Amino acid sequence: MSFIPGQPVTAVVQRIEIKKLHQKDNLILGFSIGGGIDQDPGQNPFSEDKTDKGIYVTRITPGGPAHDAGLMMGDKIMQVNGWDMTMVTHDQARKRLTKKKEDVVRLLVTRKSLEHAVKQSMGSSPGLKHSGATYNHNLMQ
Amino acid sequence: MDTESTYSGYSYYSGRSRGSHRHGERSRDRHKSRSKDSRSEKSVTINTPPAEPLLGDSAVRGEQVQDDNWGETTTAVTGTSEHSLSQEDIVRITKDLEDSVGLDCRRYFTLTLAVILGLLVFLTPLAFLVLPHLLWPEKLQSCGTACEGLFISVAFKLLILLLAVWALFFRPPRAGLPRVFVFRALLAVLVLLFVVSYWLFYGVRILDSQDENYQGIVQYAVSLVDALLFIHYLAIVLLELRQLQPCFSACVTRSTDGEIRQYNLGQLSIQRAALAILEHYYCDFPVHNPALLSASKSRAAKHLAGLKVYNVDGPGNNAAAGTGPLSVQGHDRCSSPPQGHQSTTSCTTRRLSTRGASASAKRAWWWQSRRRSHISSACRRRSRRRLQGTVMDPREAAQAIFPSMARALQKYLRTTKQQHCHSMESIQQHLAFCITNNMTPKAFLESYLTPGPTLQYSRDHWLARQWTLISEASVTSGLKDGTVFVLKCVDFSLVVTAKKIPYIQMSEEYIDPKSHKFVLRLQSETSV
Repeated sequence: MSFIPGQPVTAVVQRIEIKKLHQKDNLILGFSIGGGIDQDPGQNPFSEDKTDKGIYVTRITPGGPAHDAGLMMGDKIMQVNGWDMTMVTHDQARKRLTKKKEDVVRLLVTRKSLEHAVKQSMGSSPGLKHSGATYNHNLMQ
Repeated sequence: MDTESTYSGYSYYSGRSRGSHRHGERSRDRHKSRSKDSRSEKSVTINTPPAEPLLGDSAVRGEQVQDDNWGETTTAVTGTSEHSLSQEDIVRITKDLEDSVGLDCRRYFTLTLAVILGLLVFLTPLAFLVLPHLLWPEKLQSCGTACEGLFISVAFKLLILLLAVWALFFRPPRAGLPRVFVFRALLAVLVLLFVVSYWLFYGVRILDSQDENYQGIVQYAVSLVDALLFIHYLAIVLLELRQLQPCFSACVTRSTDGEIRQYNLGQLSIQRAALAILEHYYCDFPVHNPALLSASKSRAAKHLAGLKVYNVDGPGNNAAAGTGPLSVQGHDRCSSPPQGHQSTTSCTTRRLSTRGASASAKRAWWWQSRRRSHISSACRRRSRRRLQGTVMDPREAAQAIFPSMARALQKYLRTTKQQHCHSMESIQQHLAFCITNNMTPKAFLESYLTPGPTLQYSRDHWLARQWTLISEASVTSGLKDGTVFVLKCVDFSLVVTAKKIPYIQMSEEYIDPKSHKFVLRLQSETSV
């Protein structure tokens, strides 16, 4: 999941759709995020590469909408409703996720186990199409 | 007291002079006789039936006979405070008589030597200048301008030397040390050799040959005075400057109650270090109060477990009934030591309440009397006489106020066992002093609430003015790391341990001020 500046980022991602829950005037999703380009990447317990300043899922409320949708702790969020999340500040990420006008957020998340699964499936049967989507993103530096 | 006698038996008395050696013998004998008495006292109380009076003690302690418990008690345990005080007075008086003679002889001898040396030093340049004029005036060349200029320089240098010697050496002696001061002796020998060598040269080359070059002779005299000034500089460095830089840290412990202080000393000989420590002792250590030494009594009583311990200090305090192990009171200034373990706390609270009560009583009386004296001073200002306000000077005012608080103060002093430190006269003097300087009652009371340094009390209370230095190394040798010596006086001893201040190796590290840059890194977690 590390990136080389100037090269496109490639990752195996999963689409997760979360419906926001109404709770006392707030629309909540039921998870917590950490990370961002203005944060300290060395303190991120979930990232492999400690220079990765992406947005990670740090906590999932059990029984919340995110949990029901299949989001897992340690996932890196690549896109939210089409907006890129790999090069945003922490506050920008929070704003993208908590827009009051949107009821549903469609996330593209990636995790290590996805890559392993794809590699295994590709290794066992090289011609098989894999179910996950590949994510290509050109980073403008 | 047992420990004292055995210690003196093994110690090495370094004072070789007649006076101190004789004192050492006598005190050792006295300690041995005292220990024998106490030992015999102990054996009497254990073996004989309790009704028998003890040898020699009933005469001293009359109040003991009146108490109904005396037959069962062991007075050997308490055979310390009053008994030893009276003996110590005798010891002190005889020591003063005997040793003053020996020390004075030595002091006069050194004084005459110093005076002779001083006269020799000062008259030598003058003699060098005057002798040619007396012995061969006709052959002598006349003194030119440069030569006469040298006269002025000789005169002023001699004046400076005179002032410098007066400043350095003509000071009242602080103490009599057991051995001669090595540096001073060395300097005296150096000066003597120096002057003698100059005289030799002068005698051989100038007097015998009757040299006519007077300017040369004057320059010779000037060189002598210059060299004497340099020797004086050497004296300042050796005697004064060398010990200023701290090299050793001396830890001084008082043997009776364990008071500890630390002092920094320079490179000194053991006797000079002992002198410096004693001067600090008189200023820093709280006064030695033998009446508070309940620890020694309880320790001895522990050996005689099962016997009742008796309190000698006045009939007002109860006799103890403790038979179990007795607690060591230490700093806890209990009014009747050593009581049983259960009454320690009650004793402390009683002491605090007594102190509080007497302090508040004193304060109340004080303010009343201050109001009276304010009125009297106002009267004095307006020069009017009233019934209460007769004009008084501080002494009379103190005497007028004193009876109203004397009882409370006496009771407090007796409770805290300081009554022998303060006499009536000293209390009145202190009161007059406080009135004169417009002090508050708290300031007046402060000197009675905490024990002050020994210097604060009257001179006759300084029971220890004769000190003995006990050391394994020679007292004129310098201090080394781990030197231990003991300063012994009649009541107690001060144990001094010297430790060398370590050599410090310091290195430097340069930090560029521009390198102080900081990045704030956060790691926040937001729930969405």
